[in-house]
Amino acid sequence: MITMTPTAADRVTKFLANRGKGVGLRLGVKTTGCSGMAYVMEFVDEVQEGDTVFESQGVKVIVDPKALVYLDGTEVDYAKEGLNEGFKFTNPNESARCGCGESFSV
Amino acid sequence: MALLQISEPGMATAAHQHRLAAGIDLGTTNSLVASVRSGQANTFADAQGRHLLPSVVHYQAAAAPIVGYAAKAAMTTDPLNTIASAKRLMGRGVEDVKQLGGHLPYHFVTGGSAVPRIQTADGVVSAVEVSADILRVLKLRAEDTLGGDLAGVVITVPAYFDDAQRQATKDAAKLAGLNVFRLLNEPTAAAVAYGLDQKAEGVIAVYDLGGGTFDISILRLHKGVFEVLATGGDSALGGDDFDHVIAEWLLQEAGLVGSSDRIILRTAMVAARNAKEALTEAETAPVELGEWQGELTRSHMGELIAPLVKKTLMACRRTLRDANLDKEAIQDVVMVGGSTRVLAVRDQVASFFGKPPLVNIDPDRVVAIGAAIQADVLAGNKPDSDMLLLDVIPLSLGLEMMGGLVEKIIPRNTTIPVARAQEFTTFKDGQTAMSIHVLQGERETVETCRSLARFSLREIPPMVAGAARIRVTFQVDADGLLSVTAQEQTTGVSAGVEVKPSYGLNDNEIETMLRDSMAHAREDMEARRLREQQVEADRSIEALEAALQADGDVLLTAEERTALLIARDQLVHLRQGTDHRAIEAGIKALEKAAESYVERRMNASIRAAMAGHRVDEFKE
Repeated sequence: MITMTPTAADRVTKFLANRGKGVGLRLGVKTTGCSGMAYVMEFVDEVQEGDTVFESQGVKVIVDPKALVYLDGTEVDYAKEGLNEGFKFTNPNESARCGCGESFSV
Repeated sequence: MALLQISEPGMATAAHQHRLAAGIDLGTTNSLVASVRSGQANTFADAQGRHLLPSVVHYQAAAAPIVGYAAKAAMTTDPLNTIASAKRLMGRGVEDVKQLGGHLPYHFVTGGSAVPRIQTADGVVSAVEVSADILRVLKLRAEDTLGGDLAGVVITVPAYFDDAQRQATKDAAKLAGLNVFRLLNEPTAAAVAYGLDQKAEGVIAVYDLGGGTFDISILRLHKGVFEVLATGGDSALGGDDFDHVIAEWLLQEAGLVGSSDRIILRTAMVAARNAKEALTEAETAPVELGEWQGELTRSHMGELIAPLVKKTLMACRRTLRDANLDKEAIQDVVMVGGSTRVLAVRDQVASFFGKPPLVNIDPDRVVAIGAAIQADVLAGNKPDSDMLLLDVIPLSLGLEMMGGLVEKIIPRNTTIPVARAQEFTTFKDGQTAMSIHVLQGERETVETCRSLARFSLREIPPMVAGAARIRVTFQVDADGLLSVTAQEQTTGVSAGVEVKPSYGLNDNEIETMLRDSMAHAREDMEARRLREQQVEADRSIEALEAALQADGDVLLTAEERTALLIARDQLVHLRQGTDHRAIEAGIKALEKAAESYVERRMNASIRAAMAGHRVDEFKE
């Protein structure tokens, strides 16, 4: 199960509308970075076979089965830090993070 | 944790390898920075929520320069150390500044440098350094907002910027520690912001009316490729002029015409501007000046500014003519610049082009947004995007020929990047060097064009006049920077220059040069004919003298020789006059007089070539 906060869902809805196409948001992981894994967020134009589709706050969140192992239970929020703003993951599977917080390990 | 953004499908980057890119509108009055995040292009605000950064830098002794609103506030208290409108000085030489000098309050340092330098409390600065200080603030803002270092930026420049001005802009970026993906013409950026590049075909007009300048650009989109067909405008017409005519009306209504009280005049200007801005939303705006109170309606303001708007439309008509197009050919009209918020402007533009202009992106930010979209593509964040933006050169580029004529190698409005080559030859027998003088302009003679660079090609093997083949190549890269090379074709010896002209032209000068080229078209044509005939005469005289020296005594009788010398002297005399037809006749007369001599010389040289050979050797 993956969920979004209302703020995050509102942002995703706006970004999709602005983009003019796309069915939802893909969450994934990449095996890179200084601490093993990194989160990935992409627009989705087509749902792939085997993808799990969650619906949260009216937004379709799409995850492939491999990534779901690392992401199950994650909540996605949207936050502002100074001038910077963007999406933030709260993932119960995470056990360690690199100093910058861009990558994590389970 | 780090804050994440949404990428295009399959384009997500590895951690710590985000390709962050920004677009920068480095303006004369205000600058902006924008970037694409989660598929959306936005301009970035400072901590106070202000998107515009006034392009003003305040220098103080032993302190970091202050940029933006605080610097703008210092313009009245410390004008000598507060530099505004540095963009007008970019790529300019000391000579250019002398012309602008009257309007600029700064202490220019003389000597020691080709670029104008300004004395401030913090030392001597150039326009490039002032621009770099502005760019540094924008860079910092972008990196704070994006949460990482910028991989590169796209900076916009006016379409009429010449090589020197573009190079100066790049130098400023380098000084600010920015990697420039490329420079982009402002109108092209505005069209990109509206996604007009996503259409297959079309002709677009970009109407850019700022505070003090007006620019019109005609772009063509062909198979997804952008091309700037023509640019024009008026460098002394803008929204400030609207304020002037409204203020004059206010003074008249208030019975204060002819007042020289600066406070009253300034109050009238402020009231005029406020009324103008209010009328974008409201039908009527209350106005007051001194004791007088009244109201200005939207339609009345429209009447007041109509002659000014009409001037912009006349420039549109000229530019369309330049592009060889009817206004019916324009499919979209893009509005840029704060003054396009005035509804009377939108209405008149709509009726001129016969279609409503595009206005839904903030006209102050639209250029930065287009630059951000282009930067995002160049940073590699878009899948298989093949957006390629082409621009044109504003004035023809050419070479000086014998007689002070200019031969155009790349005509104006040619799309860049471009490379053009042309072959030239030597004028005199045994000539071993050739001086190459690169010029910019539309007129026919060297004095009426602008000199960009000179260099020499040496070590040309000695040959008879006209035998050497020297290939001169002009190359203008995607940023509009020119390089010229010359190569002698038999030996391969070559020379060249990167043209970083010591000073450039502003759009006003470009327009003046264009207008002159039209106004003087006939006299230029006459001048060209005269010079051409003079050169031809010199060539004939030169050739005759060389021949006489070689074999005149052998092949000619004394009478024949005298007759030839008379014809020659006649031509020398005619050549000093200004009648190109008379010179042409003189050349013909000399050729006629020399006819049999030329024949004899030819026979003699054939005999010499065949001497010692049997006839059948010459049969196939």
